Amino acid sequence: MSITLSEKDNGYIEGFAGFEKTAPGGSLGWLKSIREDAITKFSELGFPTPQDEDWRFTNVAPIARGSFDILQNGQGKVSASDLKPYQFEGEQINELVFINGRYSTELSTTARLPKGVIVLNLAEAIDSEQDILEENLAKYADFKDEAFTALNTAFMEDGGFIYIPKGTVVEEPIHLLYISTSGETPSITNPRNLIIAEDNCQANIIEHYVSLDENIYFSNVVTEMVVGENSSLGHYLLELESKKAFNISTLRVQQARSSNIRSHSVLLGGSLVRNNVHPVLAGEGCDSLINGLFMSTHRQHMDNYMKVEHASPHCDSRQLYNGILDGRSRGVFHGRIIVHEDAQKTDAKQTNRNLLLSDHAQIDTKPQLEIYADDVKCTHGATIGQIDENALFYLRSRGISKEASRDIILNAFTNETLESMTVDSVKNYCANLITDWFNQRKLAQKS
Amino acid sequence: MLEIKNLHVNVEDQEILKGLNLKVNKGEVHSIMGPNGSGKSTLAQVLAGRESYKVTEGEIIFEGKDLLELSPEDRACEGIFMAFQYPVEIPGVANTYLLREALNSVRKYRGEEPLKHIEFVKFAKEKMKIMDIGDNLLKRGVNEGFSGGEKKRNEIFQMQILEPKLSILDETDSGLDIDALKVVAGGVNALRSPERAFLIITHYQRLLDYIVPDFVHVLVDGKIVKSGGKELAYELEDRGYGWIEEEKTAANS
Ligand SMILES: Nc1ncnc2c1ncn2[C@@H]1O[C@H](COP(=O)(O)OP(=O)(O)OP(=O)(O)O)[C@@H](O)[C@H]1O
Ligand SMILES: [Mg+2]
Repeated sequence: MSITLSEKDNGYIEGFAGFEKTAPGGSLGWLKSIREDAITKFSELGFPTPQDEDWRFTNVAPIARGSFDILQNGQGKVSASDLKPYQFEGEQINELVFINGRYSTELSTTARLPKGVIVLNLAEAIDSEQDILEENLAKYADFKDEAFTALNTAFMEDGGFIYIPKGTVVEEPIHLLYISTSGETPSITNPRNLIIAEDNCQANIIEHYVSLDENIYFSNVVTEMVVGENSSLGHYLLELESKKAFNISTLRVQQARSSNIRSHSVLLGGSLVRNNVHPVLAGEGCDSLINGLFMSTHRQHMDNYMKVEHASPHCDSRQLYNGILDGRSRGVFHGRIIVHEDAQKTDAKQTNRNLLLSDHAQIDTKPQLEIYADDVKCTHGATIGQIDENALFYLRSRGISKEASRDIILNAFTNETLESMTVDSVKNYCANLITDWFNQRKLAQKS
Repeated sequence: MLEIKNLHVNVEDQEILKGLNLKVNKGEVHSIMGPNGSGKSTLAQVLAGRESYKVTEGEIIFEGKDLLELSPEDRACEGIFMAFQYPVEIPGVANTYLLREALNSVRKYRGEEPLKHIEFVKFAKEKMKIMDIGDNLLKRGVNEGFSGGEKKRNEIFQMQILEPKLSILDETDSGLDIDALKVVAGGVNALRSPERAFLIITHYQRLLDYIVPDFVHVLVDGKIVKSGGKELAYELEDRGYGWIEEEKTAANS
């Protein structure tokens, strides 16, 4: 039996009733009540509209109007060789593979983990790691005010669970690979990831969303990342969904004292994409680096929404988002920095640069500073432009062809956001994706 | 080597060059002086192939070829180099990377193999010494955060690497202190040969003490109104440009 969710005829509520019966951990009281709270909230909130300040530039009507199946036996026929293009060359890796939102034991490998580190799929962790889950799951991502988070929380069933005990360095990156092979009818998955690092840990986690075909589906992702004191975590979101897909993801990070995180997002796929990054710098002396690269073409819509919350003194945050927009695509950068009253000596910097490669592409960029402390340093800047003709001429005047000169300038632009990636294999993988993107653009122009 | 005949150039529908003639032979150094806004940089940019400068009349022949037919990159490959009055900053593109790409593009055009990394480094090191360029300038983004003097030295350094037939220096000496000026002049002189020519745009006779020109031309209002030997530069330094314009009006009336 499949469950279909739509706004018509109370479909989400009815769907939930069906879903709840078979959901993993359905019999656990605490989990049941979270899910039920969440569906109640979702039905109160409804999908956001452009009247909502945080959604001014992104209209989710195509999702709200849609009707999506929760696939029951969606594993399809995915083999190890299908994963190849999405793996990082030269990297020994821990990899959890999800097909249409559900964990695949056969395709996953987690052999290379240090002692004490737990990497599991959420459905299984609900059984085996109940205490940690009960303490953390849905404690950070705000399902009371954010509709998509509420929707995810109501319907969460699987995802990545990563627990890193005190003082552990996980050398090899942990890869959460989400593969869609959805069929003809639109479907929905609600991947839910929970990453917990205790004090003095170090790790890199990659969330990766890809599609083996070009169907319509909706990935509604929520990730909670809890970072202990003095820990250092890297998080990567690589979004390569099908051209027709919807992807709404939320990364909610909770940082304890002296922790540092590096969040990198690379948005390339999807028709309607919204990436929310919401770190709370809760302890003193935290560091957050939040970088993003988005490249859109045709009629793609890519929205980067940040809410950087400085809640303690002496924290630094840096945001650098670069966008390249082609075709009739539309981009959004909405960067909120909130400095709470106690967060003195905050040092926050936000930069958003956009290159428009076509006259029909459009970008809305909106910095938003909300500062309640008095001794802080907050700067922001945004630029929108075409390729710098002066730079182009300069390179050409040195003998470099027009096409190569353009490539050099564009690569320099994308490199700004790749530079700070510390996992080389992922950085190279991204560099290749970017090269492919430019090559496809050239092919399209020639034909 | 270079012959400019009756060159008329418009910038945004305004005529800037109004019938300029100039002939440069191999081995010669020509200096062009003239008041602000007279069209000196326009001439340099047109030679380098800037598309926003529209040639409405006249021709430019370089080594027997119609220069106006060539793209900026092909002109560079044919051996034309312009040191920019205002070098462009290109963040994210390492200076060395630009140099190698540029050199290898030029070599490819000439049908030569690209230089191996080791060979390139050796070659560049020699030139770095001449131009007093440190490793750090090489690694940084092109002109990114360079001081005025560093930018100018970097231009001449690029010239050294590309070894052009015709080098056009657009006010490379402006804003340089005497030490930097000597370095720049040293870089130019190191390249001088019977096969190469230089077009040196400057406001100050000072540079010409170090790079001695064969000819000095005065560009006023889009035309060369007077040419002479290096003594003309001294005269201009002493008397300014007013007297030339008076001479011209007198001659015309
Ligand atoms: N891109 C441009 N757009 C509009 N006008 C321009 C442009 N470039 C040059 N001009 C105009 O053309 C005229 C000649 O400029 P040019 O830069 O060639 O003078 P110049 O002799 O090099 O002056 P300077 O000694 O100040 O460098 C000036 O009046 C200038 O304002
Ligand atoms: Mg000038």
